[in-house]
Amino acid sequence: MANTAILEAYIFILAVFMGFQLISKVPAVLHTPLMSATNAIHGIVLVGALIVLGTADTPLAKAVGTLAVFLGTLNVVGGYVVTDRMLGMFRKAGRGGERK
Amino acid sequence: MSSTVLDLAYLATSVCFIGGIMLLRSPATARTGNLLSALGMAIALVATAAVHGLGNAGLLLAAVAVGAIIGVVSAQRVPMTAMPQMVALFNGMGGGAAALISVGEALHGADTTAFALALGFLTILIGFVSFAGSLVAFAKLQEILTGRPITFPMQKPLNGLVFLVLLALGVYGVGAGTISGATLYVFAAGSLLLGLLVVLPIGGADMPVVISLLNSFTGLAAAATGFLLGNNALIIAGTLVGASGFILTQLMSRAMNRPLTNVLFGAFGKAQAGAADVGERSMRVATPEDVALLAGYADSVIIVPGYGLAVAQAQHQLKTVATLLEQRGVDVRYAIHPVAGRMPGHMNVLLAEADVPYDKLYDLDQINDDFERTDVVIVVGANDVVNPAARDTPGSPIYGMPILNVDKAKNVVVLKRGKGTGFAGIENELFYKENTLMLFGDAKDSLAKLAEELKKL
Repeated sequence: MANTAILEAYIFILAVFMGFQLISKVPAVLHTPLMSATNAIHGIVLVGALIVLGTADTPLAKAVGTLAVFLGTLNVVGGYVVTDRMLGMFRKAGRGGERK
Repeated sequence: MSSTVLDLAYLATSVCFIGGIMLLRSPATARTGNLLSALGMAIALVATAAVHGLGNAGLLLAAVAVGAIIGVVSAQRVPMTAMPQMVALFNGMGGGAAALISVGEALHGADTTAFALALGFLTILIGFVSFAGSLVAFAKLQEILTGRPITFPMQKPLNGLVFLVLLALGVYGVGAGTISGATLYVFAAGSLLLGLLVVLPIGGADMPVVISLLNSFTGLAAAATGFLLGNNALIIAGTLVGASGFILTQLMSRAMNRPLTNVLFGAFGKAQAGAADVGERSMRVATPEDVALLAGYADSVIIVPGYGLAVAQAQHQLKTVATLLEQRGVDVRYAIHPVAGRMPGHMNVLLAEADVPYDKLYDLDQINDDFERTDVVIVVGANDVVNPAARDTPGSPIYGMPILNVDKAKNVVVLKRGKGTGFAGIENELFYKENTLMLFGDAKDSLAKLAEELKKL
């Protein structure tokens, strides 16, 4: 148990450093899509929601789990679709954009 | 065995997320990056379902189906001008899900080590603050609530009190070795209340900071959930998002030259109104014809868009005007202030929607020295970000905020709805300058008329 916690702390700390490196290289022109893309990424909590609902045994726990899955799905699906729509509009001069 | 498979799947997911963000460094590869990240998400979800099985399958599939349909439909229908509130809303959903996972775990009564309990309380707190705060931000931006700060007496002491109660409950729960019953419900309700209270007094123009910060919160809530469930994919993904939101928050506060604490607790735009006394001075009011003559025969034009462009939904009309000018051989560029609009990079997305190539957009540092060599600057619905008081008037509430040096251009045209002051309630010297022409009216309407006049030249 203690070992696992320490390993997780390693992962966390390294992810913090990597996150700062990764994000600071994204140009200002893409900040809205960046926010929207990372917004979709934190929808990964849906994984947790699936597990929690999967093991729920009382009506209350089932209700909470179902709501968590619903919110998480909304976050994931909405987040990726909206980001893709936004990025589809970015184009360089002289080239045809991918328009809807 | 199955746990090894799952761990490998989560590793693949993490690689996809990291690679996805790396591809966001250039607009040319960004879309692929987002798809890579979506692939990572799919791997994690499928692997989890395969290994853990689908308990309560009926409920689960129903929740996924309804969530997916609402998500797709709203994401496809939302106009680009409403993007900030849409992102805020999806963000809030993630925060709510993270908090509910912890509530679910608590109801399950699984892990009662002090570490797990503390993490549980932390996730509920951050997740629900993000959820409630995002909903308030959404309501403000959607104009269900007023965009002005909502303040009432004893607001800060009340916020402090709610926070202290939550802290006490958390300490008590960890000490007692349980999250359950009344402690759990009061803690959850208090967290929601805190999220509501914290965002209510923050004004619309400060939303870029709030949305970034809440995004960061949801990321951290996801990471904390990862610790709770012993899930590395959640830890890595959540931490990445937390760092991203944090960096953007810093960038935005810096672009306004205000410390984060001032944004969160200052109720800006309410308390500190009207600094400069401009006395009896007049503005030069122009007609669309005047502006067409001025810009149509210029060599260089810089367009400065602001939130007014989004409100008027005038991005397509703006693009039409720019195209007409370019056809006349005018060099047209766009200057984007970091906090123009209601979320970081808001203007870039609007202009992208109107088919403006991104290599025509310049940020503050790239273009600020060029204004003095520019014939005409057209300001569309921006105010505080071009207010010279931020540079020249030490007493002004916005003094020190980096601005676009629009006033140094040879001619300035300001498209503005009416004669009122900007969000911060500060008079703008720029509007009274000798080389400034004011074109009053709805931006969409003014730009359409301007296009007509340009065609006649």
